[in-house]
Amino acid sequence: MSHVKLLTMEGISKSFGKAVVALDDVRFELEKGEIHALLGENGAGKSTLIKVLTGVEERDEGEVELEGEKIHPRSTNEAQQIGISTVYQEVNLCPNLSVAENIYIGRAPRQKFGGIDWARMNKDAEELLGRFDLKLDVTKSLDNYSVAIQQMVAIARASDIKARVLILDEPTSSLSNVEVDKLFSIMKRLRQEGMGIIFVTHFLDQVYEVTDRITVLRNGRYIGTYKTSELTRMELVSKMIGKDYASLNKSLQESREEKKETKAGNVFINMKKVSHQGSINDMDLTISRGEVLGLSGLLGSGRSETARVLFGIDQVTGGELEINGEKVHLKHPLDAIKKDLAFCPENRKTEGIIGDLSIRDNIALALQAKKGLFKKISKKEAQKIADEYIKKLEIKTPSADQLIKNLSGGNQQKVILARWLATNPQLLMLDEPTRGIDIGTKAEIQKIVIDLAAQGMAVLFISSELDEELRCCKRIVVLKDMERAGEVAGDEISEGAVMQIMAGGEAS
Amino acid sequence: MSRIKNLRIKNVSLTMTIVLFLVMFIFGSARYDHFFSLSTFLNLFNDNAYLMIAGIGITFVLITGGIDISISSTIAFTGVFMAFCLEKGMPSYVVIPIALLIGVIVGAVQGSLIHYYKLQPFIVTLAGQFLMRGLCVVISEASIPITDPFFKFMALGRISIKLGDSKALNGKIYYYVLIFAAVLVTGLYVLKKTAFGRAIYAIGGSEQSAELMGLNVARTKIGAYIISSFCAALAGVVFSFYTLAGYGLQNMGMELDAISSAVIGGTLLTGGVGSVFGTAVGAMIQGIIQTIVTYENLNTWWTKVTIAGLLCFFIVVQRIITVRADAMKGKAAAAA
Amino acid sequence: MKKRLSKLSGSQAFWPVMIFLAIILFNTIMTRGEFLTISIVDGHFYGRIIDIFRNGGKLMILAAGMTMVLATGGTDISVGSVMAISGAIACSIINGNLLPGLGGNVAMAIILAILAGVTCGLWNGFLVSQIKIQPIVATMILLVAGRGIAQLITNGKIITINSDAYYFINGGYILGLPFPLYIVLFLVGLLLLFVQKTAFGLFLESIGCNPLASKFAGIKVNKFLLAIYTISGAFASVAGLIESAGIKGADCNNAGLNIELDAILAVAIGGTNLMGGRFSIFSSVIGALIVQSITTTVLALGVPAAYIRVLKAVLIIVICLAQSSKFKVSLGKIFVGKRGRKEAVAL
Repeated sequence: MSHVKLLTMEGISKSFGKAVVALDDVRFELEKGEIHALLGENGAGKSTLIKVLTGVEERDEGEVELEGEKIHPRSTNEAQQIGISTVYQEVNLCPNLSVAENIYIGRAPRQKFGGIDWARMNKDAEELLGRFDLKLDVTKSLDNYSVAIQQMVAIARASDIKARVLILDEPTSSLSNVEVDKLFSIMKRLRQEGMGIIFVTHFLDQVYEVTDRITVLRNGRYIGTYKTSELTRMELVSKMIGKDYASLNKSLQESREEKKETKAGNVFINMKKVSHQGSINDMDLTISRGEVLGLSGLLGSGRSETARVLFGIDQVTGGELEINGEKVHLKHPLDAIKKDLAFCPENRKTEGIIGDLSIRDNIALALQAKKGLFKKISKKEAQKIADEYIKKLEIKTPSADQLIKNLSGGNQQKVILARWLATNPQLLMLDEPTRGIDIGTKAEIQKIVIDLAAQGMAVLFISSELDEELRCCKRIVVLKDMERAGEVAGDEISEGAVMQIMAGGEAS
Repeated sequence: MSRIKNLRIKNVSLTMTIVLFLVMFIFGSARYDHFFSLSTFLNLFNDNAYLMIAGIGITFVLITGGIDISISSTIAFTGVFMAFCLEKGMPSYVVIPIALLIGVIVGAVQGSLIHYYKLQPFIVTLAGQFLMRGLCVVISEASIPITDPFFKFMALGRISIKLGDSKALNGKIYYYVLIFAAVLVTGLYVLKKTAFGRAIYAIGGSEQSAELMGLNVARTKIGAYIISSFCAALAGVVFSFYTLAGYGLQNMGMELDAISSAVIGGTLLTGGVGSVFGTAVGAMIQGIIQTIVTYENLNTWWTKVTIAGLLCFFIVVQRIITVRADAMKGKAAAAA
Repeated sequence: MKKRLSKLSGSQAFWPVMIFLAIILFNTIMTRGEFLTISIVDGHFYGRIIDIFRNGGKLMILAAGMTMVLATGGTDISVGSVMAISGAIACSIINGNLLPGLGGNVAMAIILAILAGVTCGLWNGFLVSQIKIQPIVATMILLVAGRGIAQLITNGKIITINSDAYYFINGGYILGLPFPLYIVLFLVGLLLLFVQKTAFGLFLESIGCNPLASKFAGIKVNKFLLAIYTISGAFASVAGLIESAGIKGADCNNAGLNIELDAILAVAIGGTNLMGGRFSIFSSVIGALIVQSITTTVLALGVPAAYIRVLKAVLIIVICLAQSSKFKVSLGKIFVGKRGRKEAVAL
């Protein structure tokens, strides 16, 4: 393969407001006929870089060149026009339209008198999909097909708009292995045709299977670009996390000392082969009082889904769930709350905060739900509880009257935490509690979690940042493909051990 | 893979609707003398042309996932407005275009408020409904008769159709039914063959996706509301041909009839699926219910109650099919 | 003092009360004081102000129910039809056409009419919370069918009845004040007490702002929706009784006609966000008084009644625009120029 530069990004910076620097002097380079992985932890700046490239976000500084020509797209549409197409994690097509139409809408072939030429459109679509070895009935509506097929249709659409650069943003997170293989063969074909593909993913296996080069970002900074064949997995992981292998072990030692000496108490939660159709399979899991149990795994591995089932949001469709030795059926979050469970969900904005209510109301909400409609918490009591937690958790706000939507992400998270602590739970489930939160607050929240467990609470800690799990947890259960893949505990806990289970392969 | 919802809903609903229509027609024919005839069938068009036109218009809005409950007032307003202007001596070839233009303006204003300021469609069109009902009464509280020769010509002019010697095989359609035919054909063409029509479906499927695919969402959405109001105004013109009068309290609550026509004809209220042909058939079902109610000598309110019941039934069926389809899809995904 | 004043003006009810007072002041000046005069005849108070309260009774009740529905982000446009049903049932029972076994018992008539309202509300709530039909369509079904059902109950006729006990609902006086006022005080008072003494208000606002997060916090959202539409239906049936007692019979074509917009307008004037969330029942009741007094004023000014509806329609759009953040942004663009635009976007 000849090395012809296709796309170069130099000195890209982007910040949101004054405080948050999402990208700081980042560079990226893509060659023709190359599949280039863009990797990094959450918050590393991958998606911001993609957004800058596709015109969703305006860059503050930097230059972008496409085949030697300076470009500055201001909308996805504009980016598409100059040959940069994107396929997102969530299929951005219209499920009610036919396959053919999803590929050609907005630029459909016309008949003599200006009407859409359906026959030609269907024929073109069949031909195009044929190039990808896909034989579909293109006249059927898109929702007749699996997410995988839909994803490939999206790629077909993207690649057909005279795309020179194709961006695949986590396209595989909802695909099965067979489907992923098919997607890869399509990607390889497009590579042969000279297209440059940027591949964003969480799955390291896939990086090694299909990409030529890797660019790693961390905390909004450019770390480096490497040939995939010359970088070992452990090296890659340490570049993503920001510590080399030796120091990984050292920092672990330190964090272990940080962890308070606690005796794991008796078992509080016992999941016996619990399943929920389409999200978790035959899950065995115990959580004891006084322990912070880490739940690790890649996106879509079942880590959030486990918490949803435990909290009664999704119903158990197979297996048994015991809380405190008692078999239970949770039909609604309220059932779980009454069993002294608490859950800080991953999507703070849509599932956590009630934006237009005050901090006080937001904190009192779950306790009030637990007490029931008629045992009203008086304003005075609510104020007392709110003040207590504002102080205890160091929530930065002028008063409890402040609307929660006006707080920063970290403080919002603390309010949600306060909401649940106010219910005096026995099990606290935290799903990505520190995502999008500044480093200082992050450490505070981690400390709170460890302290709570020291006081005898059971904590389920879900995070995509291994670092954080290592610091907080004495036991980590690793999930893979909606199933439990393994567990590490005590002195065995190390980045490598977890990674090994997660990757499901060699760890050299 | 599993076979899934939208197409199914459309087909199931439309098939059910056509079967229902036939069953009702057969039921009526068996039960009443003189029911089974070409003229009974053609009268469905003669009596419901305005409803079909308005229904076709509202179908555009419903497919985008919106709603327009101002159409009955638009119909009433154009009727009163035209009757008033004609009474003042304005010629029909001036009055009718102005009435239609009013429809376009009403739709453009409502659509813009909904799209640009993100107001809820039901509040905006509810206000529109009241505004125009109010304006009707401002113009005239009483019914104004229309004596204009062109209107009379349209009201009375008809084409006789003879399929045989038997009386049952004779019938007639009025000229204004041809307007409905033109609207139907145009509607079919626009939705099927134009980029604008397809964008309407795309927005109903997913507005966000439509935006990302580079479609002009603002133009399409506002366009849908314009079409809805324009068709309502046109329905007002046809209704004036039909009644030869303009009356401000006419057609109260006809929105539901129009929405029912669409839903019974397979349009999904959540958007993304629907056809103007289905809406026309849906309106004919309502026509036949009306006819049967008349033959039975029942209170005309039975029509409203039956139609509301039918609407409920179809919505519930849609929900069940959607939920089932989703469940099956989940299963299939889990199996894969 | 200053603090107390600012607290007062910050309350949601502040502006509605001020507007109401302004309208009264305006009327007083226009009528050179006649507006405020209250005469006492047979120990009953009479006067324009009393009329506003009496005639506004129905609307105040409806507005109270509608406030909760709108606070959840829904709507209930079937209230007028529910009023018609309730009036039709009560009158048909009293004149013996319906359930002659009851012998025209007024109390039973009232109870059954209210039960009918509850049933209508349950139906709406069922469609919205269980079948998940958009509230506008769900309640439109009853809007149209309800009037038909009422017609079927009365056999399509306008019923007149002869029952002093029933007339009392609208025309009666206690301690010199009209009876509808007591109904309003009772129902609205009960509701306000409920909101005060239970966590109902918190849950309602929470559901209106973010139903998903509310569910995650342990609120049974569907049950709440069902309850709220039921209350709205029950309140509408009471309003229907007052109206039918006022005309001494049941007129299914005109009972509660178009009153849904008045109710929504009252809530909007009261400052409750029509997209759901923050609400104040008291403010809405004041809003209802404003709507009623606008009607009275406009009529007193000699403007034809038809214009009122036009005015109300325009008013509701203006209030909605005032609440729309997008509108504020574009206003900012027009008036403040380039500097303002940046701030507006930051909003």
